[in-house]
Amino acid sequence: MILVFGVLTVASRKIFRAAIFLLFTLINVAALYFFLEYEFIAAVQIVVYVGGIVVLILFSLFLTHRVNSDLPHPSAMKMIVTFLAAFFAFGFVYTLLYWHEFAEAVPVGSAVPVRMIGKAMLNYGEGGFVLPFEVVSILLLAAMVGCIAIAFKTKLKEHKAS
Amino acid sequence: MSEMKFILLISFALFFIGVYGFLTRRNMITMLMAVELMLNAVNINFIVFNKFLYAEKMDGLFFTIFIITIAAAEAAVAIAIIINLYRKFNSINENEIDTLKW
Repeated sequence: MILVFGVLTVASRKIFRAAIFLLFTLINVAALYFFLEYEFIAAVQIVVYVGGIVVLILFSLFLTHRVNSDLPHPSAMKMIVTFLAAFFAFGFVYTLLYWHEFAEAVPVGSAVPVRMIGKAMLNYGEGGFVLPFEVVSILLLAAMVGCIAIAFKTKLKEHKAS
Repeated sequence: MSEMKFILLISFALFFIGVYGFLTRRNMITMLMAVELMLNAVNINFIVFNKFLYAEKMDGLFFTIFIITIAAAEAAVAIAIIINLYRKFNSINENEIDTLKW
């Protein structure tokens, strides 16, 4: 299912349909996380990707495209070359995967509880993740300020021009 | 084939679908969508390795959380830039945006 919708995402010529297929792909990936018993990651996936990024992409599509406009077809030569490159790279990685023996541990039966995730995220001792947590929060702040700055500049210029 | 290899196979295929879409599309928003596909493949990889190889640790899980966060920030910035470019050029095809070319 993931693969079918992924292919449809990159192959669909109507851009809105591509966005909706992307939505279905992301939901299927969330289902895969549920299947692997990582419920917290699945919830984050649904909230951030499905709820946030796809909505952003749809908004920007509405702002920049006419409804029902088709994408131009990429040239056949380029499509073939790219397909072959991607296909052979996939074959290469697949052979590596096929011949490699993993030392698989016995999967722990129970899922990781959210309480443990929270404790590890704010722990600065062994196995704690407080430094990347802070770095990511600074990055998010910088991204927000950057977005506002980008949005402001043109407005000021347009104002001056008019 | 074990279950782990099957899920890894899915994630590799998803990654190369993303590569294909990124290289063939000339529209910035669809390129962004292809990048999201690739990031999702990477996330699946982290989760699978965490689950089947190091089930007692949580490193892969945290990497996935941080990647999702950074992907959200990246998508927001990219869309701000795209809308700005659209205002300036009236197009979001990457061929037509050539102000920085010399």
